[in-house]
Order: sequence, then structure tokens, then C-alpha cells
Amino acid sequence: MSNPSTTTAPPPVQLLNVQVDGVWHQFPKGTRVIEACTQAGKYVPRYCYHPKLSSPGNCRMCLIEMGMPKMGADRKPETGADGKPVINWIPRPQISCAQDVAEGMGIRTDSPMAQECRKGVMEFLLINHPLDCPVCDQAGECRLQEFSVEYGNDSSRFLEEKVHKPKHVDLGPRIVLDDERCILCSRCVRFTKEIAKDDALGFVDRGSYSTLTAHPGRRFDNNYTLNTVDICPVGALTSKDFRFKMRVWFLKETRSICTSCGTGCNTVIGSREETMYRQTPRENNDVNSAWMCDYGRLNFHYLHDERRLTAPLLRQADHTLQPVEWRKAFATAAQQLREFKGEEIAVVASARMTNEELYMTRRLADALKCSLVDVVPRTGEADDILLSADRNPNTSGAQLLGIGGDKLGSRLAEIVEGVRTGKIHAVVCLGEDLSEQGLDAKVLEELPCLVAMSILPNATTRAATVVLPGSGFAEKRGSMINVKGRLQRLNHAIPSPGDARDDWEILRDLIQALTGSNGLYMIEDVFKAMSNDVSALQGLSLSKIGDLGVQVVTEAESREVPKTPLETATAAQPT
Amino acid sequence: MEIPAELERTIDEVITHYPASKRSAVLPLLHLLQEHFGFISKETADWVATKLELQPINVLEVVTFYPMFRAAPPGQHHIRVCRTLSCAMGGSYKLMNDLCELAKIERPKHAGHGTPFTVGEDGRFSIEFVECLASCGTAPVCMVDDDFYENVSRESAAEILAKYHEASPQTVS
Repeated sequence: MSNPSTTTAPPPVQLLNVQVDGVWHQFPKGTRVIEACTQAGKYVPRYCYHPKLSSPGNCRMCLIEMGMPKMGADRKPETGADGKPVINWIPRPQISCAQDVAEGMGIRTDSPMAQECRKGVMEFLLINHPLDCPVCDQAGECRLQEFSVEYGNDSSRFLEEKVHKPKHVDLGPRIVLDDERCILCSRCVRFTKEIAKDDALGFVDRGSYSTLTAHPGRRFDNNYTLNTVDICPVGALTSKDFRFKMRVWFLKETRSICTSCGTGCNTVIGSREETMYRQTPRENNDVNSAWMCDYGRLNFHYLHDERRLTAPLLRQADHTLQPVEWRKAFATAAQQLREFKGEEIAVVASARMTNEELYMTRRLADALKCSLVDVVPRTGEADDILLSADRNPNTSGAQLLGIGGDKLGSRLAEIVEGVRTGKIHAVVCLGEDLSEQGLDAKVLEELPCLVAMSILPNATTRAATVVLPGSGFAEKRGSMINVKGRLQRLNHAIPSPGDARDDWEILRDLIQALTGSNGLYMIEDVFKAMSNDVSALQGLSLSKIGDLGVQVVTEAESREVPKTPLETATAAQPT
Repeated sequence: MEIPAELERTIDEVITHYPASKRSAVLPLLHLLQEHFGFISKETADWVATKLELQPINVLEVVTFYPMFRAAPPGQHHIRVCRTLSCAMGGSYKLMNDLCELAKIERPKHAGHGTPFTVGEDGRFSIEFVECLASCGTAPVCMVDDDFYENVSRESAAEILAKYHEASPQTVS
């Protein structure tokens, strides 16, 4: 269950003695000074430095005082009364982001010189920065605001007129740029060049007039543009999708994963009360580094679609679908299903369902004595960065749980044919639409029993005899296994609309209506039962998965986590 | 935009001076092209990008960073007036006004960044402020094309301009 990337023993790393604010620490060789300070509990403020990007050292915010051991006549470091090297302090400040620690190095993160430097850099940065914080979308998560509180002056000495630059620049389909707010840290320029491999942004003009821009006539439009909004330390780059929708300090943050493809990028869902407003990438160096694609990030608005199914529906004698109570819906579905033998029933599930839901699907099929069960495969174009060709988030989970056989979708044709020829009389369709498999509304309407679980109406729910409204990915807990075989967790961020229910509960209650009590009361019970049945999940529980997931099966798809040229070079470097 | 075959041969040769990274050839190429065309048009910048296998933004950054690269055509003769300390104290702002008046150039009040130089209506002269021309003892100084003039007064400015009038009497429409 250990991560395959760590199974080979790493080469021994040399540890270096470094003094940070008077205390000696040990750091592995190759540690950036700024990272060493963080590890020593001394956070150094920074704008341009980002651990996943190259270090241009242009913002000057991370200036610190640095020194090296004083060398004696014998070219050996002189030691003081404490037996530690005596440090010769460099009289000028140094940037901590572009230098690695060295043996005997001394660092002062909070000396009068370092404090004065920060204050000076803050004053320069604020000279031309508009003070439009009350209407700025970055307010509340703005580094400039935060560091102003910690290191800024309480008043401005600047009497001259501020430089004016382009505002409301339509940089691309998803990004708006305010050049007056830009502090020229170049994180976005480096991200799009180094990670997105789309060298689209740059600075034109010079000095006080330096302006971030895309080339005239070129749109900033790759599938990773919104990451620049995340890493922009100020409100220069904002997301067209999110801006002005909600002040960030009202957002509740829920750790989850993206369910738009098999990569399963780790995310933070930002929600307030019943509404999800955004999702942003969460760092996981075994999955997505610190990034996610725009397609996955924005693929959540359907959760708030006004057509959401919010109550169970039953087909009436007049052929209309009418809302009913859950108990009635389960009883009717069970009654209809009991009319048929196992071989007359098919179950079509979805690899967008969680492991827990797929496990319950398996139990449902067992209860129905039905062996014709499959999952609908879903593919798209992959890229070399994060987007997987497998657009189902839990294909590996479906395979591990043995739903749909070795090759997902291989029995779909048989199911479709069975429905057409009348061999199959009852279908349980979970989170999919049978019309996409070539069964038109007319054929579906003739089925005497069609139980459909879905969150949005589709041709199948419209033709169903019983409709069971389920929950979207942000409305439930559960686990999924990504294409690399990593078991990860979804978390509950917002409630399901109306009477819609958690999918695993719907399946549990349906099984209960068919076969009586099954002793599953909480999702933890489902996971426990599942881990008893599936050897790869043995010993695990939802809480043991943790926020970063665990490796449970060998990877189905080898996908490199995006690395900067620097990271690649560091990884290849012998220590 | 057409690049003469001979210029392109020179350019190709210059690129070979930078075996480690063709990107380093951006500056020399822009100099050669500005010498030929008088300015760096958008097409010229894009041509350089294609030539050096760069994104156009990479070239645009360089063109806009250095003030001596012009993004628009100058006049037939280009005047540079020094405005660094010694010349500024020695009357370079007055010299700028005199030259503009004599050469019939209407310099916008906020000329400077973005529109560093101004072309006269007849297209004969264009003018801009530059930083130190390295002759602080003879301030104020200016250059017309590649010729250098020291201790320039209103009178000598008129004489200088007349010289270029004679040299190229035709008026560009």
C-alpha cells in the first residue's frame, strides 16, 4: 500500500547546520533558505517566490540578513564559546528565495535590517498600488493586504500622482486583469511558461510603467489559466467565474477532490450555506502538485442547476411522474423489481459513483440475483499535464470492486440488446443516461420497470417508473480511486437540494426494501463492510485515507506530476 | 514587410554567434532590423520571434523595454536631446521647446513613456529626450541622426536644422 515512488530507498541526504535567528537547525542539502526559515518556524514574507516555480528573485520581499562562518588562519571555521561556528554577517541584505542553505550559514529573519527592508519594499509596492481593497475581489486572501498589516507603514509619504495602467483587461475567456494592482511578481508568467507550457504572458514597457500583458491579438486561453488567479498574490488576475460572487471570508473551506477526470486533483471547495462558489487546487505532490485544470475547476455549476431533481418521482396511471415520499418510492421500486427474475434485470452504474456507492450497487445486484451489471466508460482527450483521457473519476474503483468485468462497458451492448429484444424487463440505471447508449425514449418507456437514480433529469429519468434524486460530488462523503491507483476522499461541503439524498443511502434503503435490514447505518459501516470484502482496502477506513489519500492498487496510467525544470534538475541531481 | 536577402544572410550569420540559445540573438537582430526599417513594426517583431523560435510576447518584451527601439517610424531626421542632470540644468528643456518650435513639431504635454518621440507634421524631423550623451561639460547637447552637437543655443539650433533642410529638401508627404 506504500507509494511506489517511495519504495526505492532514497540516497542518503547530507544534513547541514544552519543558524536561524540564533538557533541551530539541520536541513538537508539543497533546501532553499526561504524554505529552511519556514521549517524553523520563521515565515519569511514573499510575493514572487513559489515553491513550484523557478525563482527570479524580483520582488525583494524575502530579504534577510545572512552570514557565513568566519574562517581562521588555518582556513577552518572559528568556533565560539558555544562550540558553534562564529558567523561573519554580510553587511547587505540577501534574498532568501534564490539561495540554498550552506554549512555553518547564519540567517536573521527578523533583525532590524530585515525589518527595515520589508518596510521599504512594502512602501515601494504601495506607491502605485490602487487602494481599492473594498471592491477588490482578492480582499481577504491578498498577500499585499496581509503583509501591509504585518510590515507596512500606517500612512503614505507619497504625494505624487499614481501611475495609471490598463484596467479591466480581458486577458482570456476566464481571466480579467487589472494592471494597476499588479506588483510584477511574474508568478503567472512563469506558471504559464513552466507548467502550462504556453509562453503567453510577459511584461512590456519598463520601470514604473511595466505592464503585464498577453501578446496583442493573442488570448490567454489554455486549460490551466485559472491557476494564475490562485497564485497571483494580489487582485491583478481574477476569475471571471468567481469574481464578485462572494467575499472570500464568508467561504467555508472543505477538502475534497475533483471528479471531472481520472486524475482526481485534490481541491478545496469554497461554499457558503447551500451554495458552492468555487473549487481551488490543494497541494498533493503525488497527484496534482499545486494545480488543476480549468475544465475540472469550473465543472460544478450543474450542482445548482434549477432543474435538479429534488424529490422522488413515481410514474402514475396517467403516465405522468409525480413526487412521492421516499418510503413510497422505495416500496414501489422494490415491488416492481420483485416481479422479475435475476436474468430479466440489468444494472447500469456509473464510474462517477464513489466506491461506497459502487459497493452498494454490487449488493443491490446480489439482492436482485442479477449478474448483468456494467459501468459506462467515458473518455476524452488527454493532455501532458493533468487531464486524463479517462473522464470517469473512479474507473479504478469500479474495477477493484469487480463491477463491469475486466473491461468497463463490455456488457453494455448485451444490456442494450436485451432491452430492445424484450429479454430484459427491468433496468436499474444509476447516474447515467441510457439514451446515450442508443436506447431512445420510446424503447425506455416500454420497460415495465425502470428505476433511475440521478441528480439531473435526462431521457432515462423522463422514461423511468421510479426516479430517485441523488447527490452531487460536493454534497456527499465517500472515496474514489484515481487512475494512479490512489484512494482519495470526497467530503460533504453543501447540503443536497430539497429531498434529494446521499446516493449510498438510497441504495441502502432500496436493498432494505428488497431484503430487509442490512445493518448499515453510516457510511463508515459501508466502508468497513467493503474493506472486509476487498483485500486491497483491508485495514482502511474513511478517516485513515487522510487528506492526501493512500496508494491501494498499482497505477493504471503512469502520469507524471507536473514539475518545473528546476524540480526536475533537483530530482536528477546526486546528493 | 520584406527582408532583403542580404540582410537575412547577415541575420542568419549573427544567430550562429549564439550557439547556446538563439534567444540571445534578439537584441542584435532588432538592431539590424531597426537600422534597415527605421523602426520595429509589429510584423518585424513577430518575424524575429518566428526566426528565433520564440513566442511573439518574448520579443515584444524586449522591444518595449529598451527606449532606443522605436515601435513607429521616426521622421527623416531624428533628434535626441539630452536631459540628464548637467544638460537639464544647462537648459535642455528650453532646447527641446526651441527645437520643436523651429522644426514645427507639436510635442504633446505628456510626451514620455509610450509615446517617447514626436514626429513633425511634415515628417522631416522627429524628436525625443534621451539620457546622458556623455558631454556634461558642454551642456546642453543633442544629436541629429548620428551627428553630435554641443552648447546648442536657439541660434545654433536653427543653423543645425537648416543644414538638414538643405541635405534633404524634399518634403515627405
